[in-house]
Amino acid sequence: MNNNDIELNQQLGKTVGNPLVDGIPRMSCQSVDVFYNQDLQAIFNVSVDLAKNQILAMIGPSGCGKSTLLRCLNRMNDTIDGCIVTGKIYLDNEDIYTSNIDPVLLRAKVGMVFQKPNPFPKSIYDNVAYGPRLHGLMTNNSELDDIVEESLTKAGLWKETKDRLNKPGTGLSGGQQQRLCIARTIAVKPEVILMDEPTSALDPIATATIEELMYELKSSYTIAVVTHSMQQAARISDRCAYFHLGRLVEVNDTNIVFTNPEHGLTENYITGRFG
Amino acid sequence: MNNTQIVQKSLKKRYAKERRFKIYGVFSIIVSLAFLLFLLVDIVLKSTPAFTQTYIKLDIDFSYKVLNIDPKPNYTKDELFKSSYRNLISKALYQLFPDVSSRKQKRALRKLISSGAQYHLRDLVIERPQLIGTSQSVWVLADDDIDTFFKGLIDRNLPEADRRIKDIQITWIDKLQSKDRIKRQFNASFLTSGDSREPEQAGILGALKGSLYTMLVTLLLSFPIGVAAAVYLEEFAPKNNWWIDVIEVNINNLAAVPSIVFGILGLAVYINLFGVPRSAPLAGGLVLSLMTLPTIIIATRAAIKSVPPSIREAALGLGASKIQVITHHVLPLAMPGILTGSIIGMAQALGESAPLLMIGMVAFVADIPQGFFDPSTVLPVQIYIWSDSPERAFIALTSAAIIVLLIFLFLMNLLAVLLRNKFETKW
Ligand SMILES: Nc1ncnc2c1ncn2[C@@H]1O[C@H](COP(=O)(O)OP(=O)(O)OP(=O)(O)O)[C@@H](O)[C@H]1O
Ligand SMILES: [Mg+2]
Repeated sequence: MNNNDIELNQQLGKTVGNPLVDGIPRMSCQSVDVFYNQDLQAIFNVSVDLAKNQILAMIGPSGCGKSTLLRCLNRMNDTIDGCIVTGKIYLDNEDIYTSNIDPVLLRAKVGMVFQKPNPFPKSIYDNVAYGPRLHGLMTNNSELDDIVEESLTKAGLWKETKDRLNKPGTGLSGGQQQRLCIARTIAVKPEVILMDEPTSALDPIATATIEELMYELKSSYTIAVVTHSMQQAARISDRCAYFHLGRLVEVNDTNIVFTNPEHGLTENYITGRFG
Repeated sequence: MNNTQIVQKSLKKRYAKERRFKIYGVFSIIVSLAFLLFLLVDIVLKSTPAFTQTYIKLDIDFSYKVLNIDPKPNYTKDELFKSSYRNLISKALYQLFPDVSSRKQKRALRKLISSGAQYHLRDLVIERPQLIGTSQSVWVLADDDIDTFFKGLIDRNLPEADRRIKDIQITWIDKLQSKDRIKRQFNASFLTSGDSREPEQAGILGALKGSLYTMLVTLLLSFPIGVAAAVYLEEFAPKNNWWIDVIEVNINNLAAVPSIVFGILGLAVYINLFGVPRSAPLAGGLVLSLMTLPTIIIATRAAIKSVPPSIREAALGLGASKIQVITHHVLPLAMPGILTGSIIGMAQALGESAPLLMIGMVAFVADIPQGFFDPSTVLPVQIYIWSDSPERAFIALTSAAIIVLLIFLFLMNLLAVLLRNKFETKW
């Protein structure tokens, strides 16, 4: 270890702020470590709660492990060879890694929007209808039509696509594709929605639509969102977590993090002196 | 020099390189096309004689006496089957050339007509018994030497000893021609009959059906097994596991094993151990499946690997189970690649003859196979058999059989292209 590392380790230390929430959290991580292989640890001892009907924003420099932690919450990391998750993660007081909960069922409850838009090479309609069909969430075709329309409307994509529902989803622009992916996720009506930089490919108007959507969804869902935009984190989130090199440096109510950060690294980052 | 100038200087070189590369490419395409064209033209030219055949018009007297049959209102098929039809032809020939008297000349005269003509007459009579007792003009098949001569492939100016046709036979043919009693006609029997020792009677249908049945067995076995094996290895098998590695290495090696080894294996295991009928399409298909399997497995694995992981993640993230991800997304997206690999494997199998020689598909089979258990041969083996036969007319038949094989291959490829287009996803 050279001097820089020692200094950094001292700086990173324990999470400051307020990782726990009052009452029963919807989801909760306790001492989570993630290894991509024996010598590549991506997440170090992270504990954080996701409160019911709140938005948790996850910020931090690129490569600090935000996506990795997010993917632990619906066990997407199971699909990566050699990825090991230790510690405990609870959904409604049930340990999702040890209890009998099936990862397939878990992913129906904890939906995810990925960092890169990844629509299926199928029609727009089939993209949105895939989840409901998979789980048999409707009894007839008109119900499915309703779900598709509702989901696309919520994602702010209905107007643009209502005349081309049978066109391939991959023919949309990057931003439209991302909104399609959001519509696809909310069509399953998950309890928790994980969003990995959902607006990084969107223009300001589409971004505003998505932010409104998140705000609206909050009343019935729990949301965790990774973002690189401080303004967005400040605008939409109830709580904000700052990550650095795989450690959770600080987590607290958003207004406290942005107005009165406890940790020097957090302050550097949000004031733009780092990252 | 500033950057623009530096870039501009190298730009010329880069474009020159590009042009040179293009020229190489065009040149190699032209060379390979030229070879292909040469081959095709050669085969087509050589095969043309096989598509027509020489017929001679004889006035056949279906008399009771020659047929050795008693007049009665109805005949059983058996009675008609047993009658002698060869004499009908001899009689008609002697009648046509009354001045032929010596035994030797008579034999030469009878040699004008194919030995298969009598069966043609027999079939005629069985089909229409009312012919018996009447006299009819019938076009009968000429012998292959006559056929070859009539097509101009034997030079009449050669000394008699150097050609397979005698001077006197030539005068007869000339006489027949002056009377309009000899003609060339489309050789329909090439497409409707099985193999024969006599080239004028030999047809491709037996080998074609044999190939068809064999390919069916191969496809039905190797496609599902190959795809299932590839899906397991790619999606379910534990990674970094030594026995999976062993299987992988073995599959790759299997693809490189000389095909005759599979033939020996098939002989030992399928025929001697399990008692699969020798020379049958079933045995052939089983052996060829061994050859095709590694190709299909390797192609399928590559196709599955090329499905973007983001698509799997999307489906998994929505709560699809592993098998749903595979059947809903991975296999449909991999299908064009799987089909390409399968068709390459099937095309190899279609052209394969070495392993089939080992399991007896080289036997002379005159009957057209009616199923998976009948003795049969396949197109490449038929080509091999014919190319090895001494009669001159088999040269044309060999080329014609190659054309049939190529058409079979072309149709298979066409089917694959159509299927691929159907499964192709637009990204
Ligand atoms: N599949 C993987 N295999 C090995 N290492 C990985 C894998 N995915 C991520 N990592 C590593 O884990 C660390 C954290 O990556 P992660 O994707 O979580 O970062 P991030 O915070 O989401 O970054 P960004 O903001 O750029 O998306 C990085 O160092 C990365 O190289
Ligand atoms: Mg990320």
